[in-house]
Amino acid sequence: MSKQINVALIGNPNTGKTSVFNALTGLNQKVGNYPGITVEKKEGICKLPRGVKAHIIDLPGTYSLNASSLDENVVIELLLNKNDKDFPDVAVVVSDVENLKRNLLLFTQIKDLEIPTILVINMADRMSYKGISLDIPYLEAQLNTKIALVSTRKKNGIAELKELISNYKDLSITPCMNASEIDREYFDNLRKAFPNQLLYKLWLVITQDVNFGKTDRNEIDAVADFKTKSKADLKRLQQKETIKRYQFINNTLKKGQTIDLNTAKDLRIKLDRILTHKIWGYVIFLLILLTIFQAIYDWSSVPMDFIDTSFASLSEWTKNALPAGAFTSLLAEGIIPGLGGIVIFIPQIAFLFLFISVLEESGYMSRVVFLMDRGMRRFGLSGKSVVPLISGTACAIPAIMATRNIESWKERLITILVTPFTTCSARLPVYLIIISLVIPEGRFFGLGYQALTLMLLYLIGFGAALVSAMVLNKILKIKSKTFFVVEMPNYKLPLLKNVVLTVIEKTKSFVFGAGKIILAISIILWFLASYGPGEGFNNAEEIVKTEYAGQNLTDDELHEHIASQKLEHSFLGITGHAIEPAIRPLGYDWKIGIALVSSFAAREVFVGTLATIYSVGSDDEETIKNRMAGEVNPILGGPLFTFASGISLLLFYAFAMQCMSTLAIVQRETNSWKWPLLQLVIMSGFAYIIALIAFQLLK
Amino acid sequence: MQVTVAHLKRGQRGIITDVSSIYIPLKLLEMGCLPGNYVELVQVAHFSDPMYLNINGTHLAIRKETALHILIDIL
Repeated sequence: MSKQINVALIGNPNTGKTSVFNALTGLNQKVGNYPGITVEKKEGICKLPRGVKAHIIDLPGTYSLNASSLDENVVIELLLNKNDKDFPDVAVVVSDVENLKRNLLLFTQIKDLEIPTILVINMADRMSYKGISLDIPYLEAQLNTKIALVSTRKKNGIAELKELISNYKDLSITPCMNASEIDREYFDNLRKAFPNQLLYKLWLVITQDVNFGKTDRNEIDAVADFKTKSKADLKRLQQKETIKRYQFINNTLKKGQTIDLNTAKDLRIKLDRILTHKIWGYVIFLLILLTIFQAIYDWSSVPMDFIDTSFASLSEWTKNALPAGAFTSLLAEGIIPGLGGIVIFIPQIAFLFLFISVLEESGYMSRVVFLMDRGMRRFGLSGKSVVPLISGTACAIPAIMATRNIESWKERLITILVTPFTTCSARLPVYLIIISLVIPEGRFFGLGYQALTLMLLYLIGFGAALVSAMVLNKILKIKSKTFFVVEMPNYKLPLLKNVVLTVIEKTKSFVFGAGKIILAISIILWFLASYGPGEGFNNAEEIVKTEYAGQNLTDDELHEHIASQKLEHSFLGITGHAIEPAIRPLGYDWKIGIALVSSFAAREVFVGTLATIYSVGSDDEETIKNRMAGEVNPILGGPLFTFASGISLLLFYAFAMQCMSTLAIVQRETNSWKWPLLQLVIMSGFAYIIALIAFQLLK
Repeated sequence: MQVTVAHLKRGQRGIITDVSSIYIPLKLLEMGCLPGNYVELVQVAHFSDPMYLNINGTHLAIRKETALHILIDIL
C-alpha cells in the first residue's frame, strides 16, 4: 500500500504549472539537476488520501512534444522511456482556462502515448470574469480523461486533483486521436516494420532532431526495409499533424466551451496600452529598475547592520568563552568572520530575487522582451537576451541557462559571452562595502549618492555587456537562421506562495553554494595567516620588542605590532607580497591582493577574505567595515581605502571574470573551452587596464 | 502583392490563408498560427518590429521578418 505513485506535471509555459506543483507539495520539494545536463529538476512529495504518497516531478514547460530545446527534450525523454525510474504512472497536464485550445495540443499528444492522463484546467477563478463556461462531462468524454478544475489562487480543486491522482488506475488510456490519420500509408508501413511498438512513440522518435541517448532511434534506422522520409517531408507531416490536432480540438471545444465575449473584461488591453507604449513603456521600465536599486540599498541596511554587529559579537564571545588555542582561534578568526561576510548579504540577495520573481510571475518580463527586441538586435542580441541580462543581476549561472530559449545560435552565444558583465549578486557585497567606505553619504534629488553609485555600477555592467555584444556581433562569423516567438501571457497578480518559495530556494542555494567555498577558503586563509616559515614569523615577539625597545609602548600597542609583524611574515603575507608589485599600480596592498586572488573562486569571497585577514591577531570587537576603514596604506600612509583605490577596486570587480562556476557553465552550454577561456582572459585583462587608468587618474 | 501579417494596422484583424513552412518555425504553428485562424495586431514596437499579435486567442510577439511569411485576408 505504501508504493509511491510517480506523477509528472506537464504543461505549456505560463499555465501556472509551478503554482499547482507548489500547492501539491508545499515545502516538501527539492530542486536539482538532471544528470549530465544543467536543466533544473524540481520534484516533491505529496500526501494523497488514504495514506498514499505521490512523487511529483515538475517538468519544464513546453508547447508540444516536438522538442526544440534541451529543456523540452527532458520531457520527451522521460515520457518515451518506460524504464526511467521517474516514468510517470500518471501524467497531469496543466492548462490555463483562457488558452485551453492551445494547451490541449500537448494534451492530445500525451494521450497518444497511452499514459494515464489527468487534465487540470487551472485559473478556473477567471472563468466568470472572462465569460467562459465549460461542459466538463462532455469534455471528459471527448478527451477520454478526468478533468480537475483548479484555482491555485483561490485554493480550489486541489483536493479533487489529489483524489483523481490516487485513483489513476481508473483512467482511460485510449488516445483521443489516431496518429495514423496524419499519413495513412506511412504509418501503416511503420506499423508493419515495428509491430510491437507504440505507433506515436515511433513517430516522435523519428521526428525529433535531438539525440535520444536512451530511446531506440538507432533501432529504427537499423531496420533496412523501412524507409524514413526526408527532413522536409517530415516537417510537412509534423505540420499536418498539428493541423489535424487543432481540427479535433476545435471540434471538441465548439461544443464543450462557450465564451460570452460581452462579459469578458480585458485588463490586458488597458495595461498593454501603457506598458508596451513606444515611450511610456520604456519610462516605466526605467522607473521599475530605479525603484529596485533604491530598495535594495535602503530597505536592507537595517538587517545588514544588525547581522554585521551580531557576527562581530559572536566572534568576540567565542574568543572569550572557549579556552584559548588553535581551534578557538580558527573559529573566532577564521570561520565566524568568513561566514559573517556572506550572511550579511542575505537581505539584499533576497530582495533582488523577490523583485525578479515578481517581474517574471506578473507577466511583465515578456513585455520587456517585446520592448527591447528591436534595440537589442542592434547589438547582435535578441529581446530574449533581456531576461538573462536581468537575471544575471542575481547570478550569471541561471542567467546563462536562461539563454536556451533564444532560437538563434549566434544571438544566444553572444548573450552567453556578455552576461557575466552584468552585476551579479556576488559582486554586490564587494560593491556595498567599498561604496560605504569611499562614497560620502548625502542625497541628490532624494536619491542617496551611495545608491546612485550602485546604480551607476549596474549601468556600467549592462553597458559593458552591450558594447562587447556589438563588438562580438561584428567579429563572429556565424550564420544562423533566426526566428523569434515570445508568448505574451496575461497579467497576473503574483502568487505570494510562489514568490516566497522562489526567494527562499534561490537565497538558500546562493548561501549554501557560496557558504561552502567561503568556509573552505576562510579555513585555508586562517591557516596561511596564522603560520609562517623562518625567523620573521617565529621570533616575531623578540624582533618587535628589540625594535621598539627604546620607545615606551603600552602592552596593547606592542601586541598590535607583534600581530602585524606575524601576519606580514606568515605564508599569506609572503604570498601577498609576491603579488603586490602587480597590483600596487592599481592602488591595492598585498591584503587586497590576497582577497583578489581568492575572489577567482567566487567574487563574494572578497569580503569574507578581508574579514578573515583583518581579524587574525586583532582583539577588538569590530565590524568588517570598521576594520577596513582603519586599514592604513603601507606606502603612502593615510587610509588604504581612498576614493581612488575604492573606485579602482569597484571597476576591477565590474569587469573581471572571477567566477569558476560561471566558466564551468559557459563551457557546458557552448560545449567548448574556447569561449570560457576567452572570457577569462579578455574580461580580466580589460578590468586590470581600466582599474589601472582609474587609480592613476584619481590618486 | 500578397497581403501578410506585416501589413496589418493596429487593431486590425485578418484570417490566415497560408503559412510558408520553410520560414515559419513549427513552434509558431503549434501556438495556433495555422490557416483558417484569425490574427489581430495588438501592438507594435518601434518601426513595427516586433509585432504583438493575438492569433486565435494566443497572444505572442514575432519579428516583422517572420510576419512577412504569414499570408492573410484582411477583415
